Order: sequence, then structure tokens, then C-alpha cells
Amino acid sequence: MSDPILKLEGVFTNIAQYHILQGVDLTVPRGEVTMLLGRNGVGKTTTLRTIIGHWRAHQGRVLLDGTDITGLPTPQIARAGIGFVPEDMGIFADLTVEENMILAAVSGPIDQTRLQWLFTVFPALETFWKKDAGTLSGGQKQMLSIARAMIEERTLYLIDEPTKGLAPAIITTMARAIKELKAQGASILLVEQNFAVAKALGDSANVMDDGRMIWSGRMSELTEDTALQERLMGLSMEAH
Amino acid sequence: MSAAPEHAPTMARLSVGQRLGPYAPVLLLAAIMAIGHLAIPATSSWLTLTLSGLAMGMMIFIMASGLTLVFGLMDVINFGHGAFVSVGAFVGVSFLLLLEHMSGASSLTLNLTALMVAIVGAMAATGLMGWAFERVIVKPVYGHHLKQILVTMGGLIVVEQLIIVLWGPEEIYITRPESLKGAITFAGAALEKYRLVAVGIGIVVFLAMRWTLRRTKIGLIVRAGVENGEMVMALGYNLRLVFIGVFVAGSALAGLGGVLWGLYQEVVTAHMGNQTMILVFIVVIIGGLGSVEGCFIGALMVGLLQNYVAFLEPKAALISNIALMVAILMWRPMGMIPVVKAK
Repeated sequence: MSDPILKLEGVFTNIAQYHILQGVDLTVPRGEVTMLLGRNGVGKTTTLRTIIGHWRAHQGRVLLDGTDITGLPTPQIARAGIGFVPEDMGIFADLTVEENMILAAVSGPIDQTRLQWLFTVFPALETFWKKDAGTLSGGQKQMLSIARAMIEERTLYLIDEPTKGLAPAIITTMARAIKELKAQGASILLVEQNFAVAKALGDSANVMDDGRMIWSGRMSELTEDTALQERLMGLSMEAH
Repeated sequence: MSAAPEHAPTMARLSVGQRLGPYAPVLLLAAIMAIGHLAIPATSSWLTLTLSGLAMGMMIFIMASGLTLVFGLMDVINFGHGAFVSVGAFVGVSFLLLLEHMSGASSLTLNLTALMVAIVGAMAATGLMGWAFERVIVKPVYGHHLKQILVTMGGLIVVEQLIIVLWGPEEIYITRPESLKGAITFAGAALEKYRLVAVGIGIVVFLAMRWTLRRTKIGLIVRAGVENGEMVMALGYNLRLVFIGVFVAGSALAGLGGVLWGLYQEVVTAHMGNQTMILVFIVVIIGGLGSVEGCFIGALMVGLLQNYVAFLEPKAALISNIALMVAILMWRPMGMIPVVKAK
């Protein structure tokens, strides 16, 4: 395996008096879709927020492409090549779709070729280009959130539950978008509760529980071993 | 390349109330003017009061616009904002006194040049002061509202005392530039020239702010930052740096407001900024925290209402704006045009 794009070594993150992450070790291989799985409240979102710098790791190291980014300010981490899609989508409701995208193009004007490609992936964006983002439906907002991260090429994408609460048709669109990103050579760390999506997209998987990584391996190993699924997550993927 | 499946949103016909909702603040402003016209029998009096109210509102807007953005962007409650108003007024007045030969001359060009020098000088001084204020007083208390209130009020007191040390304890009376004295007559109403100029400056400031916020990338960052600062940072923008810029610009605008307010009252005192802060906070609250448009409409409402009520029932003038604030908050608890989410 080539050098990983991202590595977390014994990361502890506290939020107020709560010790959320308790020594998380995680490796995200380059050019793969790495799934981060686990029950609600085990620290998946906190892991992503610690990587992007919204929460500060109190102990341990976060290495992006071999460079220690622990404790760096969020903008510096983002500009190091990380695209972030938060769980709440983080769209700017009072800005138009166009303005959201202009803002996401941090290094200059929007690359029109890439924008046209995004329009083929998410046609709704072109339709609602001049509309306020706040007027979009949930699925359209999620498309905008992911497209915003994709408007410029990044080395790593952190995507938090992109299919949450969405209709099956939109989930298919999301899955295709993530596959296209991967095809372009991007590395993706994806938090997902929808096991069917996880199974379809994931190359490797990491399962968390109580703020720790309790299992890491290939996604295929997890999908093939029902007993392992039940042991790790208390349920079987086949049930989904 | 793959395409998303057709996703057709469900369209529902909005009720009249829902369709008018976004325009309600403007309609309310028009309603206040219309009610004022009905309550004040003489059209000439109504015109004079309306101009006076608009001028007052514009000045309050100029003072308040920076404060609303500062709160919206970084959740900072700056009770020391009035210090910039006072300092701006004193610096501006000092320049005008220095350039008395120009402001007192019977040449419009010389008068306006003197006024421009006073305004630029005041804005430069308060902008610089805003930078120091943010670095020394505000920065250490990010995220702590109680400490922000205490420390910025402390800063205000220190600045007021410094003004007394530098300019003396007495108020300074100032005469307006020669060409801005007196009034013009329109439809039987006496319209003060200075108030017309103040309205003009207010409109220019509002349009410039609106253009900056809507047409430039830095404006987009500010608007997005008011809504979701964390996400703006996750995109790669240094919001702290943007905040300092907004704080400096807001301080400079407060300084401009101070010059205009000083010339409006024709007297400046060390406490004038503190005294205007009540109206400024009312405007920021009713406009909706972080909303420049809301701040603009709110300021005009406050200015107009105060002038109309002071004419009709002087004793009620003091409470009219508090009543307006209560009524608007009962109607829209987050202000007329809310931008910042409840925290």
C-alpha cells in the first residue's frame, strides 16, 4: 500500500467535560473511499471535526500526507487540500447557489470546465443556479454541499453522512458523485449510516465505538462476515 | 459522466401573507410614514419631520451598521462602540475648527472640502482606534459574552476619560459649514440643507455597503460568515482576519456617524457616543442581528417615529422607540430580517 493520505495517531478530543475521542487511530489510504462506521454518538463526526480543526485534539497527531496538521487553524488545514462536507451540510441559505459555489472556489474564479462537469453530476444545481440556497429541498441542499467541496480539486474529502434523510433517487446521485470523485484520484473519508451505500462505495472500513476505533480492515471483509458485523455494530448489514 | 435522476420539487401556491413576508419591513416603514402623514395635519410639517427623521435614521444606521456586522460575524457584543462615535465627532470637529477659514467661507467647494477632510480624518482615526480596540480589548474575550460586556464598557469609559483629558471637560459647540446652514423651501416645507446632505451620505453609505456585500468576494465571505462562520473557515478563509477588517470598517463608520451627529446637534461631548448607543442597540435588535438591510430599515423607522411622536406628543418620544422594539420583537422575535441563527 502506498503512503496513506491521512493518519490519526492516538487522537484524544474533549468537548467541555466530555472525553469524546479516546485514542483514535485511523489510516486513510490514498485514492480510496474509507468508510467510518459505528452507532450514533460514538465519535464519527467528532473525528471529522477534529481533522478539519473545528475541535482541537488534546493528545495525539493528525498527519495529512505526512505533515503534522494537529492544532493548525481550520483555514490552514482546509487550504492544505481538504474538502469538508459537514453533517448539517453547512450551506449558506441566504446566498444563492452561484454565490455558494463562488465562495467555495477559494483559489480564484470558478473553473468553468469543472463546473460543467458538476452540472452533469448534479443537474439541479444548474436549474437553481440563481436561487437562494435556503429555498432548495433537502436533497438539493446536500447536492450543493457536496458540489461545493468538489468545485476545486482536493487531495482528501471528509464527508459526513451525505445520504442522511434523503430519497433513494438522491442517494443514487450522491453515490455516483462520490464514485466520480474517486475515479479522479481523490481520497475520501466517508461517515455513513446507510450500510447499503457503505458497502457499495467503501474500499476500506473503520468501525468506532465509545470514542475508539474497534476494527479496521477491507470493506469486503466486513460485508462478507455477518458475525463480525453483529459483533462490531450489533446488527447485520444484510438486514439493510 | 452520469446524470442525476429527474428531481422535480413540489410547488405550492403561497398565501398573500407569505408572499408579502419578505417585504413586510419595507411596508411597515411606509406604513409609519403614512400614519405620520395622517396624524400630522399640515403636509409641510410632515415633510419637515420626515426629512428630519430620515436624516436621524441615516446617521443612526451609519453608526449601527458596523456593530450589527461585528455581532453577526463573531458573536461579539461591543458596548464600547459608542467610543468610536465620540472620538469621530471630536476628531472631525477638531479638523473643522482647524479649517475654519474653509468651512466658514461662502464657497460650497471649500465647505465640502473642509467637511470631507473632517470626515476622512475622523474615519482614519476611529478605524485605527478600532484596530487597537479589537486587538487589546475584544480579542482576549472571544466567546465570553459577560466578559465582552464588562470589558468593552470599561473600554468605553477609558476612551471617554481620554477625550476629557485631550479636549477638556466642556462640550464643544460647532457651527456647520456655511453652505450647509439654513434651509430650502419645498412644497411649503422648510427642509434643512444639512439634513438633506446627511440623507445623501446615508444613502451612499448604504448603497456602498450593499454593493460590497453583494458584489464582491469579501462581501460574500462576510455574509456567509455571519450565517455560518465555522463553514467559511472550513472552506479555507481566515475569518478572524475578515473580522478585524469588519471591526475596523465598522469603527470608521461609527466615526463618520459621530461627525455627522455632532454637526446635527451642533455640539459634541465625551458622552455623546454612549448616549446614542441606546438608539443604536434598538436599531441593531429590531433590524435582526447581522443584517445590514434590517439595520437600515430599522434605523429609518426609529428616526421617523421619534420625530413624529416628538411633534405629536413630546412626552411620549422617549418611550416610542422602546415600544417599537417591543412590538417588532413580539412580531418577529429574531428581528425584522434575521441573519444570525439563535446561539
